[in-house]
Amino acid sequence: MNTTALELIQAAFPEVSCTAAVDAVVLTVQAEQLETTLSRLKNDPELDFGLLLDVTAIDYLEYPVPQPTRFAVVYTLRNWKRNLLVQVRVPVTDPEVGIPSATSLWDSANWGERETYDQYGIHFSGHPDLRRILNHWQFQGHPLRKDYPIEKGQVCYETDSLENEIKARLELKGVDQAVMEDINTEIMFLNLGPSHPVTHGAIRILAALDGETILANVNEIGYLHRGFEKTAENRTYNQVVPLTDRLNYCSALMNNIAYAKAVESWLGIEITEKAKFMRVILAEFFRIQDHLVCLAANLVDMGGLTNYWYLYNEKEASYDLIARLTGARLTSSFTRIGGMYRDFYDGWEDDMEFHLEAIAKGVSDSLKLVQKNRIVHERTQNVCVLSPEAALSFGFTGPCLRASGVPFDLRKDNPYYFYDTFDFTIPLGSKGDIYDRMMVRYEEIFQSIRIIRQAMKRMPQGSVNVKNNRVTLPPKSEVYDNIEGLASHFKLVFEGVKVPTGEWYDSFEAANGELGFHFVSDGSGQPYKCKVRPPCFYIMGAFHEMVEGHMIADAVINLGSINIIGGELDR
Amino acid sequence: MALGLEASLGDSVLTTKIDAVINWGREYSLWPFVFGTACCAIEFMSAAASQHDISRWGAEVVRFSPRQADLLLVAGTISYKQAPILKQIYEQMPEPKWVVAMGACASSGGIYDNYCTVQGIDTIIPVDVYISGCPSRPEAVLDALMKIQAQIRGESVLNDRHKDFKGILD
Repeated sequence: MNTTALELIQAAFPEVSCTAAVDAVVLTVQAEQLETTLSRLKNDPELDFGLLLDVTAIDYLEYPVPQPTRFAVVYTLRNWKRNLLVQVRVPVTDPEVGIPSATSLWDSANWGERETYDQYGIHFSGHPDLRRILNHWQFQGHPLRKDYPIEKGQVCYETDSLENEIKARLELKGVDQAVMEDINTEIMFLNLGPSHPVTHGAIRILAALDGETILANVNEIGYLHRGFEKTAENRTYNQVVPLTDRLNYCSALMNNIAYAKAVESWLGIEITEKAKFMRVILAEFFRIQDHLVCLAANLVDMGGLTNYWYLYNEKEASYDLIARLTGARLTSSFTRIGGMYRDFYDGWEDDMEFHLEAIAKGVSDSLKLVQKNRIVHERTQNVCVLSPEAALSFGFTGPCLRASGVPFDLRKDNPYYFYDTFDFTIPLGSKGDIYDRMMVRYEEIFQSIRIIRQAMKRMPQGSVNVKNNRVTLPPKSEVYDNIEGLASHFKLVFEGVKVPTGEWYDSFEAANGELGFHFVSDGSGQPYKCKVRPPCFYIMGAFHEMVEGHMIADAVINLGSINIIGGELDR
Repeated sequence: MALGLEASLGDSVLTTKIDAVINWGREYSLWPFVFGTACCAIEFMSAAASQHDISRWGAEVVRFSPRQADLLLVAGTISYKQAPILKQIYEQMPEPKWVVAMGACASSGGIYDNYCTVQGIDTIIPVDVYISGCPSRPEAVLDALMKIQAQIRGESVLNDRHKDFKGILD
């Protein structure tokens, strides 16, 4: 825990009680003080919480510890320069009345609060566009409330037209009747998606076009909303691991690691050194996989199909190692709370080195085609630029934030698993255009290869799981030979890992940015609440800012460059 | 699905010979529409890439316009929000058309037995072949393709398929 952070916040807000949970300082304020607290946290140069990471709510209906109100809203903020994390909790007396919105302070609050409204039915007064985001418009009720039955599906008969939204956006951009007459043409409304080759999944991009130029754009997501959070509340902690695979399925194992790390941080267990190195190696290997898919798909969108073979074939080849290690190609479910499923197989170092060399060659070949290619330059440079201020305000993290020139990476700024002892650099962009976003990913592949090679040299011996019968399964010999082993095996499988009562947030630098988990535990073996802070949800929230004023073809490659993964976006 | 004239000829030697020729053509020139929403779509990318190479079965012409495709490959979870779109895409495809439900989610909802996930796309549109797996391996996609080809071999231009299908959105 960061004691300086606690002292700093407590000194700044002497009248508010501050507590600490894992890395975060938790402030509890009443709705009346919310606006002043948030604006002070953001605007005070001493505090400088420029990044609103996430907004969520908690429904305490079935919570064993009595709470003053049924609902509470939590804002998670970060000061990225000094590695400070704050969670502001607000009890909500009446969800219909709600609490004041934070959209005037951070742009990322827009989608964050919409999601909270959609899932919990809490109103935010002053929000410019409070409507459903993940569930469809014909949905009744709020699914993450504890009294909503998980199996109660609701059929959607018709897709939302988004007519009012796009018209409002056009008006905001100053396109009224007079302008339409002036440009001497009718505005064309064009839908890209929800089923379209450029959307890489299911997103709907509705653009109002003047010729080929985008005048206004609104986006609809939620087509792949598959109830991760509600399902997780009905699983034991280890049973959630396969669900996390399917968040960002291009780098499945990274989600496993982020999830296990978040649970372990509250359990207070220190995993073995061997497991830490395994997690570093596998996380970086999957970061490479993620970037390979992103770049391959992005370049296909641009018309450079050759790159797809150079990049994707290396990913396909890597499945040999992944399948041999984990037993699955894409969705590996390889971590357990307290360690890993199993150790590396004999001779994995040679396989890994073989793949790293092949990847480096494939990526270099692709770079030769791209880096000095005039067509690529003209299509990507100075296109869909996002300034660092806007990127922070929209809650960007990961490669997209670094492409805008903000040197924030949790591996450097809040190091875990010995990341502070590895020699690697964080590539930064200078402009924040599509070219930077692509090149940052290219360079991160090479940096990840460096980290893996260093970690392989330092790989320690020993067990991959902690010896703790309350957390990890005992060895089979104990299960078969003595009653204690059998009992703990039985309890772990049926009841799950018992996690102490409390609330906490922990995050991980995933391929797309900060992947955070906000848990509430009631002391049982199942999470009471498990909220994911998905990096690309907030990145998608800025899509209209990037593409308005550019051509429709630029929107296509911009979507590829920000690497939207449906599973993580919509959960 | 009758093409026109031959329907009036009935079940004669002429139509059975037409069947053989037409089915042979359809079998080796399936144009898939990949309705990819989630993880399974990434495995379809593998099936299309060099190692597995779907073009060995003549199905590499992936079309993203339903008007140009005759094989709807639903790869990934279908939510209730997505369902009307899937149905619309299916209806926009001209006959003859076949549907493959790729993976556990498309076949049955998979691990997502909850408020937002359709419990199998066969509640919305008729399905010809189901593929198991979460996600399905590329080999399974190729296997499904061969099953569709075998099914096409046994069809006749005289019979309309799935005429009386009724789903939850009908």
